[in-house]
Amino acid sequence: MDFDLSPEQTQLQDGVSRLMAARYGSLEARKALGSGPDGFSHEVWAQFAEMGLLGIPFSEAEGGFGGGPVETLVVMEALGKGLALEPYLATVVLAGGALRLGASAALKERIIPGIVEGSARLALAFTETQSRYTLSDVACSARRQGDGYVLDGRKAVVIHGDSAGHFVVSARTSGERRARDGISLFLVPADAQGVTRHGYATQDGGRAAEIAFSDVGLGAEALIGEEGQGLPILERVAEHAIAALAAEAVGIMAALHALTVDYLKTRQQFGAPIGQFQVLQHRAVDMLIALEQARSMAYYAAMMVEHEDAQERAAALSAVKVQINRSCRLVGQEAVQLHGGIGMTMEYLGAHYFKRLTMIESLFGDTPHHLRRVAAADGLAA
Amino acid sequence: MDLRFTPEEIAFRDEVRQFFRTEIPAEIRRKVSEGRGLTREDYVTSQRILNAKGWCVPHWPKEWGGQDWTPIQRYIFTEEMLLAAVPLPLQFNCYMVGPVIAAFGSQAQKEKHLARIANLDEWWCQGFSEPGAGSDLASLKTRAVREGDHYIVNGQKTWTTLGQYADWIFCLVRTDPAAKKQAGISFILIDMKTPGITLRPIITLEGRHEVNEVFFDNVRVPVENLVGEENKGWDYAKFLLANERTGIARIGLSKERLARIKRLAREMPAGEGMLFEDAGFRERLAEVEIELKALELTQMRVVAAQGRRDPTKPDPASSILKIKGSELQQATTELLLEVAGPFALAAPVRGAALANDWPFDFDWADGAAASYFNNRKVSIYGGSNEIQKNIIAKAVLGL
Repeated sequence: MDFDLSPEQTQLQDGVSRLMAARYGSLEARKALGSGPDGFSHEVWAQFAEMGLLGIPFSEAEGGFGGGPVETLVVMEALGKGLALEPYLATVVLAGGALRLGASAALKERIIPGIVEGSARLALAFTETQSRYTLSDVACSARRQGDGYVLDGRKAVVIHGDSAGHFVVSARTSGERRARDGISLFLVPADAQGVTRHGYATQDGGRAAEIAFSDVGLGAEALIGEEGQGLPILERVAEHAIAALAAEAVGIMAALHALTVDYLKTRQQFGAPIGQFQVLQHRAVDMLIALEQARSMAYYAAMMVEHEDAQERAAALSAVKVQINRSCRLVGQEAVQLHGGIGMTMEYLGAHYFKRLTMIESLFGDTPHHLRRVAAADGLAA
Repeated sequence: MDLRFTPEEIAFRDEVRQFFRTEIPAEIRRKVSEGRGLTREDYVTSQRILNAKGWCVPHWPKEWGGQDWTPIQRYIFTEEMLLAAVPLPLQFNCYMVGPVIAAFGSQAQKEKHLARIANLDEWWCQGFSEPGAGSDLASLKTRAVREGDHYIVNGQKTWTTLGQYADWIFCLVRTDPAAKKQAGISFILIDMKTPGITLRPIITLEGRHEVNEVFFDNVRVPVENLVGEENKGWDYAKFLLANERTGIARIGLSKERLARIKRLAREMPAGEGMLFEDAGFRERLAEVEIELKALELTQMRVVAAQGRRDPTKPDPASSILKIKGSELQQATTELLLEVAGPFALAAPVRGAALANDWPFDFDWADGAAASYFNNRKVSIYGGSNEIQKNIIAKAVLGL
């Protein structure tokens, strides 16, 4: 049992942290990087590719670097601290994850090298108007036609869906709307006939899109995995997403906590630094406890996301998300409160951390959703 | 990063698990599990079984009975003990005065006491808190005045846990009234049979006699009972309090209690079925379970870092163990109270039948409220959680 990073992992951590410090050194710099139509910097994205970040989870056979959950944790924590705008989660963890976990060798060969070198950006289109966080709630349909399929339906809040070149789309090839069987995943080019999308800004400074598919013709080669067997892939992707978001949240919370403690030491009221007031000290300690508990669960996520027993794995990742969400909320709210008025302003870095933490809570399951899942699972693996 | 135990560690875990569950009498473990008080004999029996195996004081120096265990083995050992509801070796003996004597005591003190401390031939209690010195421990007033080859001790100690069984008490006393607060305190060992010592029980709210007041009226203590140097007692006390961090969160205890709560909830009727089928109850259970899992990982982070950290620098993870651990212990007693429902009202009936032989449906339920009441102490003792937060704010956050 050890919690240490290997020399290579430490090197990776240093590299990403340096890049983030160089490019995201200030809120102004971040604003500039996000000012283009896609809401992120293509130049930074190219730097990610150059550093090898975009190939981390893919095996060497797939053209990647064979990293595991700990490498992803290291990267996501650093991206969190820097509040990176680039579509790393969307492309590498989500859509890339679906390909990695489900696609045929031929399909992987067609797409993954592009992801790794930075030319292909993808988005995972799985949320629907009615689905909330239930991955098996899929109304979008794909009906057989000849060798291929015809896709119809809508997807909502597709993260970075406005600039992605391809979507990984969940669609029903059979069964009732909420049935676990009959869901298939497809790789759909964004410029295919019948695809329309409406991009918009998200609360955390990112981008998302609403997407409509109308009689979109797909070849048989667009299918990821077996027909009707897409849900287990999607569930695994969601687990990887939770592990990645946990690490990102820890990076943000650590930075936000440090920022807050620093503020308590410098802000003077009643003739003293406000950090001398015990009531504020204890709240800063409560933030620290929430942060450390979250960090422990981010490690637990990295450990359990490759765990073999699917039920134990699902319960573990749900437990992770509950703790992460709780910590996000406490640390975020307390940071704003301890900062007072300045914490309420758009020009303050802490406010942006708070906003991203809040959005992380709403990604891949909020607290009640995952608490219900843990409760139903009855117990967590040792 | 690898959070799994090695095969050797798993073998060690299985070995201690087997031992605890076969060698320690089931009746004693049942009392621990149900949160009922143990008798003096129960403590002695259990501790001597451990000591005979060489497992009572694994964290002591080897020459005094310690084991060459890694921090991870020690962690596994303590957790397994808690999971098996084995009474921990008497804390005052094995985790407090023993390590202090081993580290700072004279050779004569070591030879006189250490083996007897480990075997519970001597029962020790702790004389730190006073009526006017709780969280502000350094304001203690009990005085020891040197007179020839004796100290004359006068004053009062309180919250003396299980002092009614004690043969000895280790005390913080003021030896230099002129020095400022922490500087004039000494650490001395006092035989409870010495004339001038009076012990008075304090009955805690759940009705148990667990703690006491101890009065010292011109008690003559030989100077050779001073530990280390005069006026250096505060350093030894700090060593004592920081000495055994492993297990302070009592994760194993909370886990064991949760397992018991689940068993009981499966047999507790509620609505159309059993309480365990109630979604709201299950979510409250899950909430505690999740936080406990996070704390278990936090504790493992502390254990894994032990021995490699700069001991002068506080570990932010270790500082939260006491706070979160005590909160979760308390949360489990709240769940237990919830399972007991209306039966929680029963004051101790001690057994399955009432006086007129009328059967009482849930013979464990009288212990639920008692556990809940008693466990309010865990966020107060050992430095209240608010004091812990002060310490973290200063030492970790630099506020």
